[in-house]
Amino acid sequence: MRKRVLIVDDEPNIVIAVEFLMQRAGHEVRTARDGETGLAAARSYRPDLIVLDVMMPKLDGYAVLAAIRADPLLDGTRILMLTAKGREAEQKKGLALGADAYLPKPFPTGDLIEKARELLDRSD
Amino acid sequence: MISGSLIVGVSFVYLGLLFGIAYWADGRAQQGRSVIAHPTVYALSLAVYCTAWTFYGSVGRAAEDGLGFLPIYLGPTLIALLWSSLLLKMVRISKSERITSIADFIGSRYGKSHVLSGVVTVIAVIGVLPYIALQLKAIAWSFSILNAYPDLRMPDQQSVPLWHDTAFVVALLLAAFTILFGTRHLDASERHEGMVAAIAFDSIVKLVAFMAVGLFVILGFLGIGGGPPLPSLADNPHLASLLKPLFEPGIASLQRWIAISVLAGLAMMVLPRQFQVAVVEISDERHLRRAIWLFPLYLLLINLCVIPIAMAGLITFQDGQVDADTFVLTLPIAFSQPWLALLVFIGGLSAATGMVIVETIALSTMVSNDLILPALTRRWRRRPPMASLSGLLINIRRGAIVVILLLGYLYYRLAGEAYALIGIGLISFVAVAQFAPALIGGLYWRGGTREGALAGLLAGFLVWIYTLLLPSFARSGWLPPAFMESGPDGLDFLAPLALFGLSGWDEITHGLFWSLTANIGAFLLVSSLRAPDAIEIARARVFVDALRQHRPTGALLWRGSAEVVELIELAERILGVSRARAAFARYARARGVALPVNIPADAETVHFAETLLSGAIGSASARVMVASVTEEESLGLDEVLDILNEASQIRAYSHQLEQKSIALEAATNELRAANARLQELDQLKDDFVSSVTHELRTPLASIRAFSEILFDDPRLQLDQRRHFLGILVSETERLSRLVNQVLDLAKLESGHADWRSEAVELQEVIEQAFAATGHLIEERGIAVVRELHPQPAVVWGDRDRLIQVLVNLLSNGVKYAPANQGRLRVELFPVETNWRVCIADNGPGIPADELDLVFEKFHQSAVDGAKPAGTGLGLHICRQIIHNLGGRIWAENLAPAGASVCFELPAHSTDPITPK
Repeated sequence: MRKRVLIVDDEPNIVIAVEFLMQRAGHEVRTARDGETGLAAARSYRPDLIVLDVMMPKLDGYAVLAAIRADPLLDGTRILMLTAKGREAEQKKGLALGADAYLPKPFPTGDLIEKARELLDRSD
Repeated sequence: MISGSLIVGVSFVYLGLLFGIAYWADGRAQQGRSVIAHPTVYALSLAVYCTAWTFYGSVGRAAEDGLGFLPIYLGPTLIALLWSSLLLKMVRISKSERITSIADFIGSRYGKSHVLSGVVTVIAVIGVLPYIALQLKAIAWSFSILNAYPDLRMPDQQSVPLWHDTAFVVALLLAAFTILFGTRHLDASERHEGMVAAIAFDSIVKLVAFMAVGLFVILGFLGIGGGPPLPSLADNPHLASLLKPLFEPGIASLQRWIAISVLAGLAMMVLPRQFQVAVVEISDERHLRRAIWLFPLYLLLINLCVIPIAMAGLITFQDGQVDADTFVLTLPIAFSQPWLALLVFIGGLSAATGMVIVETIALSTMVSNDLILPALTRRWRRRPPMASLSGLLINIRRGAIVVILLLGYLYYRLAGEAYALIGIGLISFVAVAQFAPALIGGLYWRGGTREGALAGLLAGFLVWIYTLLLPSFARSGWLPPAFMESGPDGLDFLAPLALFGLSGWDEITHGLFWSLTANIGAFLLVSSLRAPDAIEIARARVFVDALRQHRPTGALLWRGSAEVVELIELAERILGVSRARAAFARYARARGVALPVNIPADAETVHFAETLLSGAIGSASARVMVASVTEEESLGLDEVLDILNEASQIRAYSHQLEQKSIALEAATNELRAANARLQELDQLKDDFVSSVTHELRTPLASIRAFSEILFDDPRLQLDQRRHFLGILVSETERLSRLVNQVLDLAKLESGHADWRSEAVELQEVIEQAFAATGHLIEERGIAVVRELHPQPAVVWGDRDRLIQVLVNLLSNGVKYAPANQGRLRVELFPVETNWRVCIADNGPGIPADELDLVFEKFHQSAVDGAKPAGTGLGLHICRQIIHNLGGRIWAENLAPAGASVCFELPAHSTDPITPK
């Protein structure tokens, strides 16, 4: 089943890597380089899954996450957070704000593919 | 217009007013609403220092030797500076020991000695009686001058019958007043509130009256009112010579100025009346703080008009028929100002009455407690006294007041116009100044003994009689004048006015010098003959440590047996039943027992009884009386020293504890501050580690992801594989650059970086930086413009570090300039004594609020909303380097587009930089 994935990250090389992996898994992919454009893209593109970075210019990942969770139109959207902030507290904060899964950078590609599949299966 | 009956009437009204004020103040005091418990009233009461001698005499002195009158007021002003130690000590001691007079104070200091306080009393009475006589004379003279109005007539020595003699009537009136308000209570250590209020009022009246004459004279000089005009001196050589001392004040004789200042300063502390108002009557020691400036201010005001009045007097009475001492009064008469003259008379009256009342109260307390009572107690030892003594004691004091005033009157009648009266003011001062060594020495030196103090006092007093009193008798014609010149039996070196060949000094300076020398010498010499005994050590402790100790140690040093009932009975006999019972009842409550009879008969109680009686009969008599009803075991010196040592050890220990706790508190505060600082540093370090971790994880994440992709997927197309490998390489480079920069930063911040100090030419540095970044510039297709000053731009610094800065700034410029249309402009030019380098790009510029932030760690400005490839440390490191080399670095935006980063370094060149 072909799903729609949105990648929001300000690190171009990470975006390239995640995009490659998601495409290889057979999904349709769009990308955004900061929080603001990411949020706009989420509203227009209505992705099934958003791979979201935390530290970004303009609007950070937590703010994007909160805005999506407050938007009833984006109700079923799954969110996987990627962050270089490795502390447990950060992880908890993301999950408390409504993220579905969390991966610290650097992440094993297998984990990313596995988590994405799980979340997309649940979104059916 | 002015008649005798009017003057008498006004005088009575004025004295009645004083009575009224005193009565009112006493009434208020009984209701507990004291009017004198005010620092201004205290300062005004100190102005009892200014007597009729000041009021009339300063002008006389000024007319004779110009500013020579000033030291009499300069001394007290200077000594006021010491009050916060000296006077405060005296006040504290007197309050805790219930001291009643200067005689009691000195006697108490050297072991509550009857002999010592008796000698002080005798000296005080002999020294001060003529001074009281002087006040009576001033009143009588001013009355007789004013009575002759409008004629101007100097009074003769009167040979009128007693009842017509103004001075006699005045003496009786003042005695009545003093008895009424000075002996209401037996306890002389209690304040005489009514008397203090009255003399504070006196002080205002005399100041107002004196300044009124001053104003009248000054306005006259200015041509306003009816005062004397200022004549031209050029056409009147006689007048000019008269006024000469006023216009050429000069310090004619320095030693005289110093001597009289010292003398007046000492008198201020030891005159019986000054001790009375300053120490006995003070209601709150905080009042001293205001008196320290207000009293000198009062002296300044009352002296302000002395010179103008003296001038006016000399101008008006050029024939010399009018005594300069009367100018204050005769000037208003000469210019037909009857009401002003009357005001002056009242002012002089107030100055005289204030002095006489306070001095008499002080002297009567001394005479009764330190001369008469000791004699009586000796008699009582053989024959028991009557049941109640309080009435007797009060009457002794009243009798003493009348006798002292009559003696004063007698002296006035006998000495009259003689020099012995006129010159007496300063001579009196020298007599009482003899108290100073025993008093001040006793407050600051522990080594003084009873015999030493006695020897000093007697030696000083005898020299005073010889060098000052006898010559004044000789001038009055009572002794052959030759006596002054040649000394007894023609022994010239013993001549009273040139003792031991000391000539050329005036009489007062000479007398003061020799009497104080003899006094201090004898005091020190005799004191050194033996070590202080037990009692003297204990008393020294109470006096010298008065400002340090909180509780007197008097009670510690008594051992023996006593019956409380007997102590109470003794107090009842002396103080009266009701007062004694009330005092013991208060003490019982303080000790925590219900009834006075239950008070434990211990040392503390005996001490309480002794202090209670001290207020009424003086400390020496109190000690004798208490000893008569108790059995005291005499303590040996060793025991006393043990007790005192114990007390002082405890005190020293608690002092140490106090110091320790202060030190601990300070250390705690320091630790707290250091801890806060550490926490701050810790937070900074955490933030830094967290930032570095974040910056490391980001390239690592790319590296890991692409490595796994390449590893897992062998079927990737070649160009994609190459693309991914390229990313791997650049992310690895970024990682190693980051690690290097973090290490570099750590080195810079720790201060362990090795800096080479050399002369560096900035042009070379710029070229080398271009060489290092050439390929980057070419790659991005960026045009470069160099505008470098032709003169070698030499700075002092580290070449490699400077290249590092320039490479960094060039790379930044390249990074932010748009690819292919990018322009980079490098400028080098002098600004004042600095060289400035600017690197400008035509990129997007820096948001205005981030111009300073870009130099912070891990701060990066986004390019078109995306993150630039960099570590976020470069500019921070540049700033560290430039600051280290003594320069500054900043960023600014350019119009229409682009940003410029500039730095300045001090030029290292002896040649001045020439502009381009």
